[in-house]
Amino acid sequence: MTPISRSALIRRGTAASIALLVIFLAAWEWGPRLLGIPSFIVPPASAVYAEFIRMLSVNHLLFHTGVTAAEVIAGFILGSLLGAVFGYLLGMSPTAEFALSPYILALQIAPKVAFAPLFIMWMGFTVYPKILVAILIVFFPVMVNVLTAIRGIDPDLINLARSFTASRAQIFWKIEFPSSMPPLFASLRIGATLAVVGVVVGELVGGNFGLGYLLTFGEGQANTPMVFVCILMLTLIGGIAYLAVIWLEQRVLHYVPARPLGGL
Amino acid sequence: MNRLEFRDVTMRFADASGRASITAIQGVSFSIADGEVVALIGPSGCGKSTLLNIGSGLYAPSAGQAFVDGERVAGPSRHVAFMLQKDLLLPWRTIAQNVALGVEIQGQTKSECARRATELLRGFNLADFAGRYPHQLSGGMRQRVALARTLAIDPSVLLLDEPFSAVDAQTRISLQHDLAQTLKRAGKTALLITHDLLEAVILSDRVLVMSARPGRIVDEIPIEIGYRDEPLRRRQDGKVAGYMARLMDRLEIARPASDQPQAPQPA
Repeated sequence: MTPISRSALIRRGTAASIALLVIFLAAWEWGPRLLGIPSFIVPPASAVYAEFIRMLSVNHLLFHTGVTAAEVIAGFILGSLLGAVFGYLLGMSPTAEFALSPYILALQIAPKVAFAPLFIMWMGFTVYPKILVAILIVFFPVMVNVLTAIRGIDPDLINLARSFTASRAQIFWKIEFPSSMPPLFASLRIGATLAVVGVVVGELVGGNFGLGYLLTFGEGQANTPMVFVCILMLTLIGGIAYLAVIWLEQRVLHYVPARPLGGL
Repeated sequence: MNRLEFRDVTMRFADASGRASITAIQGVSFSIADGEVVALIGPSGCGKSTLLNIGSGLYAPSAGQAFVDGERVAGPSRHVAFMLQKDLLLPWRTIAQNVALGVEIQGQTKSECARRATELLRGFNLADFAGRYPHQLSGGMRQRVALARTLAIDPSVLLLDEPFSAVDAQTRISLQHDLAQTLKRAGKTALLITHDLLEAVILSDRVLVMSARPGRIVDEIPIEIGYRDEPLRRRQDGKVAGYMARLMDRLEIARPASDQPQAPQPA
């Protein structure tokens, strides 16, 4: 793609996006009233905004958002690290992969969010069970992608390094590790959004802090705008985490040919 | 002195079921003298690449031995470098860093790696591309970079496995020229595996012909044309046609294919 058509694409695309946002907000504000939907089912945008302002002072919204964000970050980083390490270890040892694969598969099939009540029984109403659910849920896509990447490396590439008398460690750091970067980042994008799911489920199940707690609190009071505010804040956390991964990806994978709009 | 020597090398692999074994090459013996370029041709699947892997120390032969510089090959060594049809350039490394891969693995300092890469890239007219990434180069340029990477470790023996079969015909001619010039200038010894009969004749001092599996050496043809560093001039030489005819005969290319049993067999 030429730089001119690329910049034109960005200009036109941005304008269309902003137009869509305006249309969406207008539809949200006036649509329910026009269709006769009561505001306790779909509150208009202005009511949700008013609730947001109210929650900032009355419900310590920023505190709860901060707790949830911190749990997401901790769960995402630990889950990714653990997933990557296991992916590399299993990728380098076919025996270990063969021996462990039934158990890994079983754990992968088990719905991770179902572990949340168990973790809360073990660790109480603390931040730890929430982080643990996030770790578990982020772990698998990262591990599977890294494992597949290591397995998929062209054996001739490994032979090339071997013919240069490379040691096992050199083969890993010069060939295998960099080869795994694109699939690793693809899984980190997925992991960034999954971490939010894990944390919220943990908070929904038990505890008295975090956006998941506010969600159930709002539900209990039949406060629809509060539920909407929580959903928006959770989306914001997930979005920022996703953008952070993309920011890092563009720095690490700078050698990959440019895709339109950085492949959002 | 022989730079590369195969003594009665046999290689067997387990077949797909794992019960029986397939003999890929059988009792192959030949040697390549210092500075000599030998081409190896043969039908697909005759074990040419297996021979190359044994020479580079990646596989151990089932029987027999390979020697480089008089030393028995027991594993990958600094004296041998190989180059394949695939350029195997690492997409996350710049061209200069790709050229330096081998010397870097062998523990040279950063400045020495950079110096060698710069020197080789200049020799291949690729100095302007040192900071680029592989995807920004054409197929022919990438293959030139792969050749530079092979030469960077200053090996005594180059093992080339169909190095130009993936590039277009015009690029191939220019790459053949570059290779011939480089081998002559550096006085390197090379074993060149190729499917291209003309390439075998114009680039080498000697052509070895392998049979279908189990592969063995069935003919050895010294190429007595001269000016080996000028493949373009060699192409024009009157003797080329005669060598080609002999190779075609040896590879049974001119004879009717076996799926036409009714065709009359030549005497």
